[in-house]
Amino acid sequence: MLARAVTFALVGLEPRRVEAEAHVQFGQPSFTIVGLADRACQEAKQRVRSGTLSAELTWPGKDHRITVNLAPAELKKEGSGFDLPIALAILAATHQIPRARLEEHASCGELALDGRLRRVGGVIAVAEGARRAGLERLVCPYEACAEAALAGVEPVGVRHLADAAAYLRGELEPPEFVVGNGKPRRPPLDLADVRGQERARRALELAAAGRHNMLLGGPPGIGKTMLARRLPGILPPLEEEQALEVTRIHSVAGLVDPDHPLVGYPPFRAPHHSASTAAIVGGGPRLRPGEASLAHRGVLLLDELAEFQRPALEALRQPLEDGEILVARAAGSVRFPARFQLIGTMNLCPCGARGDPGAECTCSAQRLARYRDKLSRALMDRFDLVVTVPRPRATDLQGGPGEGSDVVRGRVVAARLRLAETRPARTPEADELLTRAVERLPLSGRGRAKVADVARTIAALAASDQVLPEHLAEALAYRPPKELST
Amino acid sequence: MTVLRRRELPPLLRAIHDPPARLYLRGTGDRDLVSQTAVAIVGARACSPYGSQVARMLGRELAAAGIVVVSGLARGVDGEAHRGALEAGGRTVAVLGCGIDRDYPAAHASLAREIAEGSLLVSEYEAGVEPAPWRFPARNRIIAGLCAATVVVEARERSGALITADFALEEGREVFAVPGEITSALSAGTNALLRLGATPLTSAADVLESLGIEPPSAVRPAISEVAASLLERLPASVDELVRASGRSVGEVAAAIAELEIAGLAAEGDGLCRALA
Repeated sequence: MLARAVTFALVGLEPRRVEAEAHVQFGQPSFTIVGLADRACQEAKQRVRSGTLSAELTWPGKDHRITVNLAPAELKKEGSGFDLPIALAILAATHQIPRARLEEHASCGELALDGRLRRVGGVIAVAEGARRAGLERLVCPYEACAEAALAGVEPVGVRHLADAAAYLRGELEPPEFVVGNGKPRRPPLDLADVRGQERARRALELAAAGRHNMLLGGPPGIGKTMLARRLPGILPPLEEEQALEVTRIHSVAGLVDPDHPLVGYPPFRAPHHSASTAAIVGGGPRLRPGEASLAHRGVLLLDELAEFQRPALEALRQPLEDGEILVARAAGSVRFPARFQLIGTMNLCPCGARGDPGAECTCSAQRLARYRDKLSRALMDRFDLVVTVPRPRATDLQGGPGEGSDVVRGRVVAARLRLAETRPARTPEADELLTRAVERLPLSGRGRAKVADVARTIAALAASDQVLPEHLAEALAYRPPKELST
Repeated sequence: MTVLRRRELPPLLRAIHDPPARLYLRGTGDRDLVSQTAVAIVGARACSPYGSQVARMLGRELAAAGIVVVSGLARGVDGEAHRGALEAGGRTVAVLGCGIDRDYPAAHASLAREIAEGSLLVSEYEAGVEPAPWRFPARNRIIAGLCAATVVVEARERSGALITADFALEEGREVFAVPGEITSALSAGTNALLRLGATPLTSAADVLESLGIEPPSAVRPAISEVAASLLERLPASVDELVRASGRSVGEVAAAIAELEIAGLAAEGDGLCRALA
């Protein structure tokens, strides 16, 4: 007998329709899966067989030959999400569930040996594929219901293969799914924890208001990372469209929290400096989104920027420019959105003592030059705000806690609104100051444009319709200092 | 390219114990540049922001007074001294420790080009000679030899800049040392020079005075009241200035930028310092 179940495979972030066709006939006993299935997919045989038996369903007898084809045959199938469609197709082929009803549903999920269903990544993309293909219902693991519902299909959440079969036979209504606490999770860290550091705090606020990339330099242990981690907390929440876009990417990476499926706040990613190029921009054999894409519409923190591999850093230039990453393969290319805000931190020298009055830098001139050469000028140019934070003297640590994230976020939101409505223009006096600065300070053409851009953000934060000389002068203070430029 | 034979060497250089056999010149500057009143500014390659700012300031002010600034085109203090001189529209001479056609270090290739336009690069080595560690101390005798006075800006205990100072002392030329923090290893060399009797340098005017040159009357650019009040509190970080003055970060940052444009202050490693 022949039966088919519909599911979707992911190519990058895009769902492609895949039909799991099962053919069960008399013959030498065997179980074969064809259709460019990868290792995890081939191993589905063992899980499907055990799962079916554990569900007290009938497995085709000793004199049956089972062939499963995952069509289209030229598309690579990866992962364990095909377990459920394969099992359902075999059950339909052996008349244990109605074939016609199965074809009205899409399905995905991994089977445990005892027949329970496990979550897989990318459910939201599968659900989207189902919606586009005109299938209204998706049979999926119960925990993935909330994720599937975001894509606008009706999820049929089941906990066990037996439930799925019962549901398709019309013997069981799927349990209502309850989202634990459907609201997106707020970024947990608050700016009030940061004492002192007035200048760096101000730069952080500017970065948030103007979506500027920022580089924090300074000796170790002065709170560069602590500050950077508090940036998401002062950013406005994502709009619905953006939230869905981000959730889709996180779903493919298997990062969606079942209790808070929607990523409603700007995501924050901080890969370790040992990360490979593929880990950062995406790709690899399974074409997964990288950290840069996971930080889409949010913040990508590269802590100890100069310790990253240079190819990984250089690969970031494309997304910083275009807001997306194109991963090309011989078989075709995949686009990952990656419009993130880049925050970097670094020491001022390899030994870390520069900028620290209590320590003596032992770096040689060559070593220092090599350290700074790690960052190409092209990458350095992407940072609109560069702030050097010296180690505060002990007395400076005292003093009350700073403003909380809520207060700062209020100002950021207001400034963003203002920037979206009108672009503050420079007054003639401000123009004159900029010209003078270009003459007197080392400032490239690109540097000039960045200063003008930051000055606009400063004006917007000050609720001014014009960029005044004082706004421009402050913007000049965030240009890269000589010791960090190459 | 021009070559000066031994008897064509400037008198000061010819007078040293071991003058070079010939001196190659590169650049569009007048060949008389090497015979004019010159001051050497030398120091550490891995200098601190303090050192680089002082070197730049001295280069600028000495060149503005018409003195030729001589140094060794190295990273750090040397490069800053050349840049300061060029910034003031003055003239400078870079003495190389390698063949006259080489730009070493490579990072200073563009600086060398700027110097070649209007000033001079000089070397006792013919084209094609590789830079080698032992050539740099030899080069230092030419730096000291060309100059009436030598200023050491920052030097560790065993620094090449001290070799230059030794040559200058041997030839009876004036040696100045820029005082630094006694706790900083980068000032150990200069402070040792001071203890041995070098003249402490507190401003470019000290050098001019010893050479009998009238310093050009400085016109202080007009700056705002806020900037002037902050200038008095330097050196300090922006955060310290914010707390000390009670002004907002924005105001302080704007005032610092104003001082930087006016050439009165500079920021390095997060600390603002007054210049001049």
